Amino acid sequence: MAKPAATATDAPSLEAQAPARELGPVFKAAAGPAKWADDRLGLAALGRKNLRKVFPDHWSFLLGEIALYSFIICLLTGVFLTIWFKPSMAEIEYEGSYQLLKGLHMSEAYSSSLALSFDIRGGLLMRQMHHWAAMLFIAAMLAHSLRVFFTGAFRKPRELNWLLGVGLLAIGLIEGFAGYSLPDDLLSGTGLRFVDGLIRSIPIIGTWAEFFVFNGEFPGDLIIARLYMVHILLVPAIILGLIAAHLALVFYHKHTQYPGPGRTEENVVGYPLYPVYMAKAGGFFFIVFGVVTLMGGLMQINPVWTFGPYNPAEVTAGSQPDWYMGFVEGAIRIMPNWESHIGGTTWSWNVAIPGLGLMGLMFGLMAAYPFIERWVTGDTGEHHILDRPRNNPTRTAFGVAAMTCYGMFWIGGGNDIVATQFRVSLNAVTYFLRVAVFVAPVLAFIITKRICIGLQRADAERLLHGAETGIIVRGPSGSYGERHVPISADEAFTLTQHVEPLPLTDGSEEEYAGVPAKEARSERLRRKATRFYFQDNLRKPSRAELEAAAHHQALEAGHGGHGDGHGDGQAPRHGHEDNGHDGHGNGNGHHAIGSSESESSTH
Amino acid sequence: MRFLSSRRRHPAAKVMLLVAALFVMGALYSVVAPASQSSADTGTSQQIAEGRALFAVGCASCHGLNGEGNGTVGGSVLGPSLIGVGAASVDFQVGTGRMPMARPGAQAPQKPNQYSEEEIAALAAYVASLGPGPEIPKPEEYDPASVSEEDIARGGELFRTNCSACHNFAGAGGALPNGKYAPALYGVSNKHLYEAMLTGPQQMPVFSDGVLTPDDKRAVIGYLNELHEQPNQGGLTLGGIGPVSEGLWAFIIGLGSLVGFAIWIAAKGAKAR
Repeated sequence: MAKPAATATDAPSLEAQAPARELGPVFKAAAGPAKWADDRLGLAALGRKNLRKVFPDHWSFLLGEIALYSFIICLLTGVFLTIWFKPSMAEIEYEGSYQLLKGLHMSEAYSSSLALSFDIRGGLLMRQMHHWAAMLFIAAMLAHSLRVFFTGAFRKPRELNWLLGVGLLAIGLIEGFAGYSLPDDLLSGTGLRFVDGLIRSIPIIGTWAEFFVFNGEFPGDLIIARLYMVHILLVPAIILGLIAAHLALVFYHKHTQYPGPGRTEENVVGYPLYPVYMAKAGGFFFIVFGVVTLMGGLMQINPVWTFGPYNPAEVTAGSQPDWYMGFVEGAIRIMPNWESHIGGTTWSWNVAIPGLGLMGLMFGLMAAYPFIERWVTGDTGEHHILDRPRNNPTRTAFGVAAMTCYGMFWIGGGNDIVATQFRVSLNAVTYFLRVAVFVAPVLAFIITKRICIGLQRADAERLLHGAETGIIVRGPSGSYGERHVPISADEAFTLTQHVEPLPLTDGSEEEYAGVPAKEARSERLRRKATRFYFQDNLRKPSRAELEAAAHHQALEAGHGGHGDGHGDGQAPRHGHEDNGHDGHGNGNGHHAIGSSESESSTH
Repeated sequence: MRFLSSRRRHPAAKVMLLVAALFVMGALYSVVAPASQSSADTGTSQQIAEGRALFAVGCASCHGLNGEGNGTVGGSVLGPSLIGVGAASVDFQVGTGRMPMARPGAQAPQKPNQYSEEEIAALAAYVASLGPGPEIPKPEEYDPASVSEEDIARGGELFRTNCSACHNFAGAGGALPNGKYAPALYGVSNKHLYEAMLTGPQQMPVFSDGVLTPDDKRAVIGYLNELHEQPNQGGLTLGGIGPVSEGLWAFIIGLGSLVGFAIWIAAKGAKAR
């Protein structure tokens, strides 16, 4: 941070050149068939427009691509697995080559999973790649959704695409769970039993729902075949459809971009799809494929042969779902054992609340959030420039609080592993988490908000005082101060381009003779919500302050050094005495908001 | 026989007769009295005495001077009675370093054993002398070398049915309530595995010979040995504790490296302002 941050000025300034008209031999040879195809498909016109589509460049825009590519790897490896997997619960005697299970009775599904692991060339690699890619698919979706959330990319016009994404995440969980259950080993059977409990905890109709899903009592003899259909046909088809819609909307809306000089709500600054992003995205696909292959080859996952065949009478320590169901598992593990009996029916609050309730709450909140924020801000404009997370501290704090809550439930899902690995009491972990799931998010909210406001303050500091140079200057009076240099106009633009929503005060202007005007309750609530959201934000420096700062800095540069003229030795960091920027006099009457904050940032 | 009559008045005759009578008595006694018991008794009682001395130093502060236990205070056992726990129990607890405990706690952790073979045998003999209990198994009882492949597969079923609920599918251990735990079974000797099943140390239930026959116990031991000798099919086991560590590594290695590549890709090549 010592020097002004480099804004991307290293872009090659390309001279527009007329391309050479001479076609190479390959193109000449391809021209005939290409024309034949184009006459019938008309793809050239479509391609001409869409191949030149411009995309902005940022690593965080590739998180969604990781999810997409992982899904493609799942499809490819999944095709391989379906060739040998037998989705049948018929009981057979194992005759394969894994000695430790030889002669045991097991389902055909488990036997064929073992065959895939031991007797089919490349089968274990494919199984492990499939599983790792599935874990990555959902992990990347989650990371992608966090990026979208923290940058405010879900705002108009992208609310519907956000909903599609939430749907993809939810359906991804179902897909992953169905796949986890297929091998019919002890672990996957235990997971099925868990879901059986979830289904049964549905009030009133739970038992019937269970009988419907399992075709009778658990485990029945059909569930594997049914889950197989869900896993390889129904849900992948839905996922593919949702992905297509999701990507089509990305194309239609055009990609969002981070703020910067030259970037507006009306343009997209970047490079065209062809050839730049074709190469980058195509290359990234192979990188993802390579990483998944290495993981599948070097890291053991789901060693079904050690679990043994499923037997409802058995359970093993360390029975956990894959990570994406861990939060539900954790919620159920830390839930007190509440149950009530009303008129011959059993209400299993201990399973229904943490299981069904928590999943509903998580996806419900995710789906509702864009609309909640829109209601608070009253913002009807389109947004294609992303927010820097610090510039919306309350949203960022909500996101971190939700992540913290999720993390606490996650720990709960592995409470036995935490207990054994860190040598603490299982009960202590559980009791701690019962409190922490409520307290930790609140703490995270407060801390995150303070960090965001602190970062806003650091931005203001850079704007008003310039960037630190790391050069300490000793003044004539013996004082020390650090020399600052003004930041570039580009950086100053980036730091100040965001729109500041203002908190709404109470409707006092409508008050008459001490009687408040009647106001809709929702409107009062909204005023409160805006204060909650925006009251603590640090206002960006006003034009007058920036000009004064620029003048001061120019003066300083004229002096040939910082420190002389200010050298009263009071300010170890800086030596400024100007109190010019408290008040943020934007003339909008909300001036009290930031002033107490900015006092402390004044020297 | 002339010398008997001719020397019968010899001054030494009376003494000789006395000596001869003593020999006869001694010989008669040695025939009548059970010779083996008497000789063994001296050895065992010496061992028990040694064990008793060791017990007074290392064990009595919790288990009482005569192994009678220290009772319970407020629901926590200060030191259980050792009457009737048997030699196998002592051999397991002391042989694996669990006893004597370094400090009171929910459970005695395994630690390096401080006693020699002879000292453990002496302690075991002393505790066995307090009351009848399971004896230390002989090598042919716990050695799984004779177990057939079919029995090893059967041992796997027995393990999954009776053991894996606490000790994990791979014998990696697991958590129990209130700071107690089922330890990992890696590197535990066959003898100690057998004794643990026989005596049910700490939180573990007793799998008596009526529940798991000696053949069953050997099958379980054979399965565990075979399981832990298996090569790691599929690569690094990531701790062998199931999906929790898999998820952790999916995020750290998988997503972590891919984000690293994404940063590299976004920073490379054509760059827009």
